[in-house]
Amino acid sequence: MIEVRDLRREFTVTTKTGRFRRSRRTVRAVDAVSFDVAAGEAVGYVGRNGAGKSTTIKILTGILVPTSGRVRVSGVDPARSRRELARRIGVVFGQRSQLWWDLPLRDSFDLLRAIYRVPAEDHRRRLAECVELLELADFLDTPVRQLSLGQRMRGEVTAALLHGPELLVLDEPTIGLDLESKERLREFLADLNARRGTTLLLTTHDLDDIERLCPRLLVIDRGAVLADGPLEELRERVAPDRVLVVDLERPAGPLDDLPGVRSVRSELGGLRLHLTFRRAETTAAALIAAVAARADVHDLVLEEPDIDDVVRRLYARR
Amino acid sequence: MRSYAQLALAGFRRYSTYRQAMFAGLAANVMFGLLRTSVLLAVVGAAPKEGYDVPSAVAYVWLGQGILAFVVLWGDTTLAQRVRSGDVVVDLYRPWHLQAALLAEDVGRAGYSVLVRFLPPVAIGGLLFPFRGAGPGTWALFALSAVLGLLVSFGIRFLLNTTAFWLLDNRGVLGLYAVASTLLCGLALPIPFFPGWARDLLWATPFPALVQGPIDVYLEHGPQWTVLLHQACWAAVLLTAGHFVLRRAVRKVVVQGG
Repeated sequence: MIEVRDLRREFTVTTKTGRFRRSRRTVRAVDAVSFDVAAGEAVGYVGRNGAGKSTTIKILTGILVPTSGRVRVSGVDPARSRRELARRIGVVFGQRSQLWWDLPLRDSFDLLRAIYRVPAEDHRRRLAECVELLELADFLDTPVRQLSLGQRMRGEVTAALLHGPELLVLDEPTIGLDLESKERLREFLADLNARRGTTLLLTTHDLDDIERLCPRLLVIDRGAVLADGPLEELRERVAPDRVLVVDLERPAGPLDDLPGVRSVRSELGGLRLHLTFRRAETTAAALIAAVAARADVHDLVLEEPDIDDVVRRLYARR
Repeated sequence: MRSYAQLALAGFRRYSTYRQAMFAGLAANVMFGLLRTSVLLAVVGAAPKEGYDVPSAVAYVWLGQGILAFVVLWGDTTLAQRVRSGDVVVDLYRPWHLQAALLAEDVGRAGYSVLVRFLPPVAIGGLLFPFRGAGPGTWALFALSAVLGLLVSFGIRFLLNTTAFWLLDNRGVLGLYAVASTLLCGLALPIPFFPGWARDLLWATPFPALVQGPIDVYLEHGPQWTVLLHQACWAAVLLTAGHFVLRRAVRKVVVQGG
């Protein structure tokens, strides 16, 4: 669905260095990025602010022309066939609106139908589905400028789907939404991916989005791909340590000789122990059994590195 | 084609949602019409000047008042603002010709402004003053000329707005245009009142196509076809230039924001 090879994009930045003097320097926003996305995948594209995410998205949608490298989206070169591509993919920019500000939401959908030349029957069916799943019925006739952010985002996603795109690109779709709206949107997108097979490419700073939606994570930093793979695999590689926190009835020594335990931290005079271990070396069940055999366990918690830790560690390694 | 017709309709509806703005605009428009009528009648009241007697002068003033909103004489900044904020990305990835889409919306807007900004002042001028009448043929040619004026105006506004791709802040350019267009299009003073050399110079620019052109066609000052030809040529030149400038902007220029 998406094929990116050795993609580069440079910008010239002019800075003032004196009253009349300016110096120009070239900044590489995207530097030798390569990846593929197969049809039906859901990929999270993650990176810090300024990492090159939005630049990549703009190149993939044909709005920016790459400095060098090969890009194919849905089989076409985006910059050359921008209009053709636009009919096949849907784009949601979380911080921009593609709806007509002054008109009722329904009018925007009608306009998009005309612009994308969607057959009436297809339009009716897709719109009915979105109205039901995203619960748009209450504000279809409200002018877009009067919608809440959550309502508008649901409208934006609908707008991007009415022409039945095979690929949906979402640039920070959940930005600014409350927890419930985020969850509702994620549910809808997960369903879209699973049931209709729509390929998803999603940039976000909210790593819960990735955890809920994207089996595959693509991490970019300073214009280059830092990591690419399933979340589980990355976790295993970058942050393999899991921690079992046990509260004991009475102190029972450091327990650092249990099989698979790599380190132990003791708190509350030995009443709480943090046992660090790795999935590859032992299982949580085996470790719990081993602890229970040696001491009276009052309570326990298993701590997994969350996706934030994984990403943070990826950055720290550079 | 159908999609552009829909866009024109949307343009019409978008502007029709702001009723209060419309009434405020109309009131100011009529006030200025009264003011300009009294000034011009003071000039041509005693004896006709450069083909303007009292009925022609009245028609000149009120047709001008009607047409200035139709052709957005002072320019607009919609596209420039979208370039500045980066929202233009949304316009750029749609499967349309952006210039044609904006033109379609502008035609819809202009259609609405005929109803609320052209007909009322012309009717008021016609009721209060001796307004020079015309036959249906002349009205039809005037309508054609006004539409050509709209195309010229859109062509200019589109080019001015695309400068935002390079300048980012092009308010200076737009401000200059607002002043220049009012002075040079024949609204402040009929172009026939200018000295001969200035008249020739002005007719070498697209500005007379906006206001003086349609009025000349209505008043049958000079051959009508030369005015229509002037407008059509400028419309073609400006719209073609806009097409290529936009293409260059898209290839060369950075789209703002993350």
